[in-house]
Amino acid sequence: MPRIFLPLTLLVAAMFAYAPIMIAGAPIESTMFLVQKIFYFHVPSWFVMFSGAFLCAGASVRYLAKGSREADHYAVTGAELAVVFGLIGLITGPLWARKAWGVWWEWDVKLTLALVVWLTFVAYMLLRRYGGPGSEKLAAGVGIFGAANIPFVYYSVNWWRTIHPKTTVVPTLGPGMRGTFWFCVLAFMLLMVLIVAARVRLERQRALVDELYLNLED
Amino acid sequence: MTFLRVVWLVMRKDLLVELRSREILYTTVFFAVSCVLVFAFGFVREGQPMGDVGAGILWIAVAFSGTLALGRAFERERQSETLRALLLAPVDRPALYVAKLLGVMTLMAAVQVVIVPLVALFFQAPLFEHFLMLAALLFAGTVGFTAVGTMFAAMLSRARSRDVLLPVLLYPITVPVIIAGVRGTAALLQAEPDPAAARAWLSLLVSFDVVFITLALWTFEPVMTD
Amino acid sequence: MDFDSLTFHSVTRNFGRRRALNRVSLTCRAGEIVALLGPNGAGKSTLLSIAATLLSPSAGTVRYGTHTAGDGGASLRGRIGFLAPDLFVYPELSAAEKLTFFARLHGLRDVGPLVEAALRGAGLYDRRDDPAGNFSRGMRQRLAIERALLHAPRLVLLDEPFTGLDDAAVEAIGTRLSALRDAGAIVLLTTHDLEVAERVANRAVVLSGGRLEAIDMSRGGLRESYRRVATP
Repeated sequence: MPRIFLPLTLLVAAMFAYAPIMIAGAPIESTMFLVQKIFYFHVPSWFVMFSGAFLCAGASVRYLAKGSREADHYAVTGAELAVVFGLIGLITGPLWARKAWGVWWEWDVKLTLALVVWLTFVAYMLLRRYGGPGSEKLAAGVGIFGAANIPFVYYSVNWWRTIHPKTTVVPTLGPGMRGTFWFCVLAFMLLMVLIVAARVRLERQRALVDELYLNLED
Repeated sequence: MTFLRVVWLVMRKDLLVELRSREILYTTVFFAVSCVLVFAFGFVREGQPMGDVGAGILWIAVAFSGTLALGRAFERERQSETLRALLLAPVDRPALYVAKLLGVMTLMAAVQVVIVPLVALFFQAPLFEHFLMLAALLFAGTVGFTAVGTMFAAMLSRARSRDVLLPVLLYPITVPVIIAGVRGTAALLQAEPDPAAARAWLSLLVSFDVVFITLALWTFEPVMTD
Repeated sequence: MDFDSLTFHSVTRNFGRRRALNRVSLTCRAGEIVALLGPNGAGKSTLLSIAATLLSPSAGTVRYGTHTAGDGGASLRGRIGFLAPDLFVYPELSAAEKLTFFARLHGLRDVGPLVEAALRGAGLYDRRDDPAGNFSRGMRQRLAIERALLHAPRLVLLDEPFTGLDDAAVEAIGTRLSALRDAGAIVLLTTHDLEVAERVANRAVVLSGGRLEAIDMSRGGLRESYRRVATP
């Protein structure tokens, strides 16, 4: 294991252990009260999902252009991150929305965009799983198209309707909240780095095992 | 062999083959009509269609029948292993993509000729009042849907579980096309038609088309070669 | 773009955990017919697909003269004729239409006379306007072979060209291939039929479990040599 793993894991674990303390200590938001605190985990999850989506797309471009197996490892990692953290966002979102605004779901820009991107990467994973041999290249195509789609979904849904708190919610956070928020973002991003490192390593080892099987036949 | 000549040759061959059997044409048109009928049962209450469902149903029928046509078109190629023969020819691979795209679009045009009047009839939707605008929306939307669909259907022709994977992959990516198509059409159908809004949606569709056709032309060759 | 040899340098091809070809090295030159023999699943079709640029090797290189598939591109493809065991047939098109389409796709001139000559050579001239879907397997095979040879390719790759053909047809194909060989083509074909291989080919090699073994065709019968090499 690369030497960074252990210290990074400890750091991330410590940050996540400390986060609830920070969150509890953060000022209570005036309109939504306690429920709003889910936002400290909800928003960073989306940050990770979109980072995963762009990682997948970028790695897919490299995979198609250069045929690099490493790039493919990063692509599948990005897609898995997008699916898992997207799911966290999709679950925490409605929980928050129900308490804060009384509805489980609304067809506004952020939610719809997030849902569509999430579905795209679920489709990516389904293709890799069930597409049979050679589906890595096909999935790369899906990853690229999925990422290119993001601005179009954003604009089309935006013109359609919007209710979600505007993006300006972040700058208008009170000082106590802002600190906690960025702390949680950092914790999630470091977690993402840790997961990428571990997952890519897993893929490399799988490729190695395949190599060994192949060499067995010699 | 210029790019356009290759496109023309392959497209002509595809249309010739299709015209001989007319299998895909008939089944797709029939499917689209059944779609519209089923939605009629779902959305028409006491002889009156609910709200402006006409726009939505038109585009859903286009999307569903488009997926069917794409699947069938590439299934036929796969069965004859002819996609391999085309890939072996000394031609630009993207030309094959464009030829297939145009072929499926021609098919979709035929389908739309049938279902647009049908939707207008069943849902009392004044689809013919802003006909040019509607035609433009349908054209741009079909290009976008088919551009992505042809790419994915071609990719999947070598994969397993291709029948179910095509819609799974295609629908999330074509969400903007459906939204823009439906909202644009609805803007033309509402009580006070809003051609400006329809134009705005049309421009979104056109930019989608440009971006995704370009992407497809770039990625077609690396994706199709093993 | 022309070349007078096809060389496999230590070509390996993997499919997931299965090694289909294991460091295969082979050179085929202009003016020879090489028969690629071997049991089912030995990798013969894979090797041919790699030679046709349909697949790329997992390791090793393939050279056409001094060029690789990469720098050959579309013009290289124009010099290769490939026949797969699953025949490229559009059932709705007639024999003439199919050959005309491929001739045009390859950018050939004088398409009409070329197609007519090919149809006559295959004995299909009388059925030229019938939809290919009505042809017997043997006739489809003849048509497919003509399609593969239509553009006078330098490298002829035929996967199981003799399956489903009667003796007269096998004779005719054999003569056709000999003529091609004498005109300087490189012919690599796979077959299960050892007698035909002996009649038609100059050289035989055996693929077994992904590995290549040469066979000496002069010593003893082909069948004996094959058995010696191919039995595990």
